[in-house]
Amino acid sequence: MNNILVLPMVIPVLAGILLIFLRPYIKTQRWISLGVMIANIGISIYILNRIQSEGILRLDFGGWEPPFGILFVADSFSAILVLTTSIVTAVCLLYSFSSIGKAHENMFFYSFVNFLVAGVNGSFLTGDLFNLYVCFEIMLLASYVLIALGGKKIQLKESVKYVAINVLSSWFFLIGIAYLYGTVGTLNMAHLSERIAESGQTPILTVISILFLVVFSLKSGLLLYYWLPGSYSAPPTAVAALFGALLTKVGIYAMFRVFTLIFYHEPGITHTIIGVLAGLTLIGGSIGAIAYKDLRQIVSYNVVIAVGFILVGLAVLTPEAIEGSIYYLMHDMLVKGLLFLIAGTMITLTGMTNIDYMSGLIRNYPFLGWMFFIVMLSLTGIPPFSGFIGKVLVGQGTVDAGAYILLALAFLSSIFVLYSLLRVFLNCFWGETIISEEDEIPMKKGWLIPCVLLTLATIGLGLGAESVAIYVSDAANTLLNPNIYIDAVLHD
Amino acid sequence: METLITILSGVLVSVATYLLLSRSLIRVVLGSAILSHAAHLLIMTMGGLKRGSAPILGEETESYTDALPQALILTSIVISFAVTALFLVLAFRTYRETGTDNLYALRGFKDE
Amino acid sequence: MKINNVILQAVTKIAVFIILTLAVYLFLSGHNSPGGGFIGGLVLATAFVLLFIVFDIETVQKAIPFDFKRVAALGAFLAVGTGFGSLLFGEPFLSQSFGYFDLPIFGKTELATVTIFEAGVALVVVGVVVTIILSISEDV
Repeated sequence: MNNILVLPMVIPVLAGILLIFLRPYIKTQRWISLGVMIANIGISIYILNRIQSEGILRLDFGGWEPPFGILFVADSFSAILVLTTSIVTAVCLLYSFSSIGKAHENMFFYSFVNFLVAGVNGSFLTGDLFNLYVCFEIMLLASYVLIALGGKKIQLKESVKYVAINVLSSWFFLIGIAYLYGTVGTLNMAHLSERIAESGQTPILTVISILFLVVFSLKSGLLLYYWLPGSYSAPPTAVAALFGALLTKVGIYAMFRVFTLIFYHEPGITHTIIGVLAGLTLIGGSIGAIAYKDLRQIVSYNVVIAVGFILVGLAVLTPEAIEGSIYYLMHDMLVKGLLFLIAGTMITLTGMTNIDYMSGLIRNYPFLGWMFFIVMLSLTGIPPFSGFIGKVLVGQGTVDAGAYILLALAFLSSIFVLYSLLRVFLNCFWGETIISEEDEIPMKKGWLIPCVLLTLATIGLGLGAESVAIYVSDAANTLLNPNIYIDAVLHD
Repeated sequence: METLITILSGVLVSVATYLLLSRSLIRVVLGSAILSHAAHLLIMTMGGLKRGSAPILGEETESYTDALPQALILTSIVISFAVTALFLVLAFRTYRETGTDNLYALRGFKDE
Repeated sequence: MKINNVILQAVTKIAVFIILTLAVYLFLSGHNSPGGGFIGGLVLATAFVLLFIVFDIETVQKAIPFDFKRVAALGAFLAVGTGFGSLLFGEPFLSQSFGYFDLPIFGKTELATVTIFEAGVALVVVGVVVTIILSISEDV
């Protein structure tokens, strides 16, 4: 009995419901939601350590044995992502305390953040394809509300676009599930994997797998990212940071899970397509990142580049590359959250979004400036920050697999990341000061502390890569050997 | 029967596509609702259309109905119900706020 | 604007009870035959919506002073709570149980914890539907 597996999803749901009743007590709401995230951090560390000693854990809902019932499965990959999600959400909540405003807090903001986290954690932990769809929808419903909360024109306009594109991709997901059920007759991921391995991945199954690829590409912004920069720049900073850190990563997780556990027999077709898509995403994201002058757009296009980079690892499918992708996934969740928070703070402080008009902020806010510098180095992959190890391992993997074009694109994109962020740094932080001492909006501690925490996290992950190495290599090992997962779920 | 239902769901998809591509916001909402119905029909068809037996598999029963597609459809109806309702409210708020339900006109708004 | 809709109001007063009875019937029959919390909740919600249409919103809210957002939250709490309750007995999440009891009037009756879960679902549906209808109609 591993009832603890369900806690990372159920605690946020219960807390979210409880917060609806506590509507007038905003202070209590804040601390309850922060407490939930901290509890989740503890639980996921406990799960992660138990996986190391006991192997993959599973929980059958209602005692229905797989493949009949629905179930939660936690391997190292899921547990690592749940842990990172909880950390990032805790920090974003801390930031939102002093930035989101009374109007949001009164309109159940904290409840919906909790529901969002429940959906994200559920997607990471579920072992059933249809359950994955349900958790995706919980997450998306919460994100629809969060993006529109506040009701400004730009938010409503972007949310209509965001909802429409996600309804369409969810429809593709359902269609894919229907076809898969009609063909294979099961939806339990381990059972699917076993049956497909027995019968061979027939062409029709490959077509279905490409349907899933389309779905997850839409969700994670792999090539089909045109909706992303607009939607991520509309909501308030704390929400944008949550979206930038979490939402695309769930799509990436699903892609890793489906294409390493279920459809891994035809890498010549599926993984080549993923590679091409990742390459095109890197190119498109890089162009976007240097083309815009709007700070929020630049930051959003950086999300797109990271998606491309992580999926390069999946495309080449060597142990090093997968490990590198997992490292980079963790790194990217932390650092994208930080990047969005810093960019949002800059916009709040100056009241403008165009980088041409900002200048000399380093004199007013030196600490913020240097943190931006660290983020830039970390995203580019300069040691000792956390981006380095991921980039090295992915690079090593692509060399081993002989995918030199992807290698070149992946590392060229790092230069574009550096260029786009350096441009922001030079334009906004250096140069003549535009804010005089009197007009200076004082930096709130509530804005600075979350950024400091995430900066420490990226330095910590960079320096302490050795200490997470056992978890990451176990995660990569499970991903590359589907039999470990199948045995844990079906034959135990 | 399977063929008929498949054709029906194809017709629904084409209707929904037409609606989704139209200019009016409310039509997009309706299109998204119809789209999900097409998916539900497809799930039912893919699960195998059978009737007249209970969804119980035992050693003595000779035929049984697969209960899973129905459970999937019920869940997905609930979800699509929630999404459509939310989309409707959102479309309505957008209309109230911007005074138009024309998507071309909506596109014109610059950042404020 | 005041429309004289005496007939509609008179019919509604009776029809609402028929709808409510149907809702309860659907809800209870859901245990072993078609029906269930979702359907029962939807039918229940139509009764409320009919009331809101025929009488105006203020009158109905005076008679039924619920905050429907809270009704939905209470329902969700019940539904998740029953799943959580099984943890206390060391069973897997969402385990349900049932038993037969001798009740005074009904005789031997089957009581199942899944009914509480379904009641939660029904409350969620009622709460959400009415909230949505109200939020669209309130400020036209």
